Parts: sequence; C-alpha cells; structure tokens
Amino acid sequence: MAVTINRSGILDTVQDLGRYGYRALGINPGGVMDRSAVRIINVLLGNEENSAVLEMHFPAAILIFETETLFAVGGADLGAELDGSPVPNWRVTKAPTGAELRFRKKSLGNRTYLAIRGGFEIKPWLGSASTNLFANAGGFHGRALRAGDVVNSGASDAPVGSYPAAGPGIIPGYRSSPTIRVTAAPESDLLTAQSANALFTSEFNIGSGSNRMGFRLEGPRLKLLAETELVSSAVNFGTVQLLPDGNPVVLMADAQTAGGYPRIANVIAADLPVAAQLGPGDTVRFTEISPEEAVAASRRFERDLCFLRMGIKLGRH
Amino acid sequence: MNRGVPYRISRLGEGCAVVSFGNEIDPALNERALSLARELTESPFKGFQEAVPAYSSVAVFYDPLSVNFKDDKDPFQKVCGVLDAALAAASGFPSADRRKVEIPVSFGGESGPDLGFVAGINGISEDEVVRIFLDGEYRVYFLGFLPGFAYMGELDPQVRAPRKETPRTMVPKGSVGIAGSQTGIYPLDSPGGWQIIGRTEITMFDPDAEDPARLRPGDMVKFTLADI
Repeated sequence: MAVTINRSGILDTVQDLGRYGYRALGINPGGVMDRSAVRIINVLLGNEENSAVLEMHFPAAILIFETETLFAVGGADLGAELDGSPVPNWRVTKAPTGAELRFRKKSLGNRTYLAIRGGFEIKPWLGSASTNLFANAGGFHGRALRAGDVVNSGASDAPVGSYPAAGPGIIPGYRSSPTIRVTAAPESDLLTAQSANALFTSEFNIGSGSNRMGFRLEGPRLKLLAETELVSSAVNFGTVQLLPDGNPVVLMADAQTAGGYPRIANVIAADLPVAAQLGPGDTVRFTEISPEEAVAASRRFERDLCFLRMGIKLGRH
Repeated sequence: MNRGVPYRISRLGEGCAVVSFGNEIDPALNERALSLARELTESPFKGFQEAVPAYSSVAVFYDPLSVNFKDDKDPFQKVCGVLDAALAAASGFPSADRRKVEIPVSFGGESGPDLGFVAGINGISEDEVVRIFLDGEYRVYFLGFLPGFAYMGELDPQVRAPRKETPRTMVPKGSVGIAGSQTGIYPLDSPGGWQIIGRTEITMFDPDAEDPARLRPGDMVKFTLADI
C-alpha cells in the first residue's frame, strides 16, 4: 500500500506527535501543529495515536492512492475531494485503487492532516517520524514532499468493516477569531499593569510570516516595567514571548528549544489545536485561567478520546 | 551542590517547571543547572519527560496527567516538591565527566569573512584576534538555536563583537561565530547573525550518528589552527 504525491503543495510534511528527549541537544520536538486532530483521526482508523500522518497547508498536495486504502482527514477544512466527490473530515473513508485526493478550497483552518490505516511507513529518526527541516532529518528523507514521492503505508491488524466518525463533542472548536486560554509564564510579572491588561482585553492579528515556528501577533505594543536583558532559557510549543518591538509571538511546533525574550504567557495544551489552525488574516484574544483549570481541560480531552477509542474497539459506529 | 543555593521555580505551561539559579552567564550557575539536569535524568520522577539545561536554568518537562493521575490538583506543586529534594541531593559534575574537545579552525578569508570587522572594532590585527581566540578555553553552556549548536564562552574582552545588524541568510555549516562574549559553531547551513571568524571541517551535527551532536553541555573546547 502506498500514496503517491501527484502534485506537491506549499508545505506537505510527514509528522507524528513529536520527538522527545533531545531538547538538551538543541533538537526540538517538532511534530504536528494540531495534535488533537491527528490523535482523533488515528484513533478512528484503529492506528496508534502517534502513527505518522501527512500535514498539509493550502494549496495542499494532490495525492493518488496506489491501492485500496482506508483513510481519514482532520484538522483544517480544505475542501477534500476524492475523485471529485466531497470527503467529510473526521470520518473514515475508503479510497479505491488509483483514486485521487485533492483539496479544493480553504474554508476553516490552515493545516489539514491525512492519516491512513496502518499509518505511513517511515524510518524513525531519534524515535520519531516527524520531519525536522532544520536538520534535514526524520520524516520523508528529511524534507517536504515533492511530486513523484511515494510514501508507503504500514500494516494494521485492527478489524476492518466499519467507517467510524468522530462526534462533534471531541472535535476542536476551530474558529478564525478564537479566544485562547493561557496561564502565567516566568516573566508575566515583568509587564506593566496597563500592558498586562491590554494582553487580555485586546484583539491581536496573526501577522504575515507566521509559520510552524511561531505566530507573530500585531496589536497594542506591550511594555515591560523596566528594560530587561535575559539570558537564554527554555521555551516551549505555546510559549508567548514579547519581542523587543512590543509585539508578542506565540511559539509553535518548530520553535527553538531556548530563547532570550521575556515569556509573558503560555497557551494551555488543550487550546493549542485551535491556535495551531490560525494563519495570517485571523485574529486572536487571550484569557488567563488557573493552572488547575488548564490541567482539567487536558483531562477532558483525554477522557473524550478514551471514549472514542473504546467505542471503536467495541464497534459501536 | 551546597544546600541553600538560591533558586526560583516558575511554571511554563502545564507540563514544564523552569528552575532558575540566576540571570547571568556564569560557569558556577551553569554547573548547578547541569547537575540538576543530570540528577533528574538519572533518577526520574513519575511523569518526568526531559530536563533541558540553559545558561543558568533547567527546564523540567513532565506529563501533568501522569504526575498527578487521580485528581485535578496542581501537578506543578508536586513537581516543585520533587525538585526541592533533588536540589538538596544534586552533587555537581565530577570533573571526570567533563570532556575536553579540540576543534581545528581555518581563520579569515572566505572561511571567516568577519575576522577583519572583529579586529577593527577592537583595534587589533587579525592575527592578534586569532591568537587571543586560540588562547582561550571555552565552556559549552548549553545546546540550542539549532540541533547541535553549542553556546560557548567566555571570550576575552579584546575579541568580543556585537551581532551583525542584518543577519546573513545563509551561514555555511562549520562556521565559527562571535556574539558578545559568546562563541559558537554553526552545525548546519542556516541563517545567522554572529560575526564569522573561521570555519572547521569537523562535523558538529550528524543526524545518523549514535550521538548526533559533537558537543554536549559541560564540555571544554579548545580551538586549534587547522592544517592547511
């Protein structure tokens, strides 16, 4: 079983949930931007949640299924069509041999995911199938996919025969102007009272040049209580840093492992999927919640995913 | 490590606690960071994922749902308790653990296009920059920015230079750069803003090697003149 890239998109890469344990070597975890989308569609297909998927932006690749394949699309709605017929996100679909999958129009979100039954077969680098474009390692020969590439699929022994779909309760609440929940970060208290207030009452535009490394936000310029020179310290997927020009940047999946700008907030894990689907032209607001509420939000998603997985194992779809 | 060393633990999201020993580039503070990272890696707590040292801090990553499996109580508080205990126990890097690494470098010309700039702003000759640079022995504080990029220091004040105002879009791998009191080697072709004084043929990052990064935190680096 294999999928051929008939025409490449602007940035199609093989990813999984990331490469952990190597930040001390300067190797960031990388991995998919929208973890919830990928975990859901892998569960729908009976795969391990961490199975390798394709992450695509718009315009996305045109793909050919070389053999009959069960697949699911999740994340952004980019108007998926299989041989000309619309394919809904969040549902297992069967592609006949030779069928063509393409993405017609960008409706909501910026990153769509293709998972196939058995996952894509990728030789792991440091334990992960994710593509690291800095090191040119991992994923498909360490690079973005190009026309003519053939990505093989792995085997699966999960039972076949049903075409499950995810219910609306578990699908992330994507929107183009979301309110994203954050918790305080190490340098939150360096903001002036006025700027701390502005961070949580203003709308920020997602700037152009926003990518898998980070989203540059444009809004009211935020100020620090005093000019502060910080030595580099850790940052993470979801960390909001304040740049010297007063604009915040939200670090995303391909962020560096350390940085020297003040860390003024951190997006909660449960809201990273909604944030991950933003792109230039979208707007965002922030609201601060307690760390306990943040953990509870993660726990709710884990519980929902656990129910979905059990339901599929029991064939209730 | 001595008891009673001051530190601060802050939260960076639900799954990361940052232990900071200060806001300085200082070998003693870095030593504490490396000790704690090693202690946690050798004796991980439940839910521990990885410990990542920087100049004078350690980021401790954990799975908040495993640290505190049963309830919605704050896992950070639990991790703080573990870290307090580890800090009391961390014993420091034994010197046997610190590797000495020699790195041959070709200076100036195409290999080091900014050697003249560094000489100029310090009012010394290019040869003197090279001699003073080679005299030093440099501590690897931590790896970051790029896979395998080692932040090293400190440079003699006579060979320091500010970053370039406009970063280069492409710095070739192996380039040896200067930024303020720090020096570093670009392990991969990459954009970069450091002043480039030379280049090494040594592979600093090899994804296929068992140990992909040539340097690791705590190493002591001595640059030598490459044979031409």
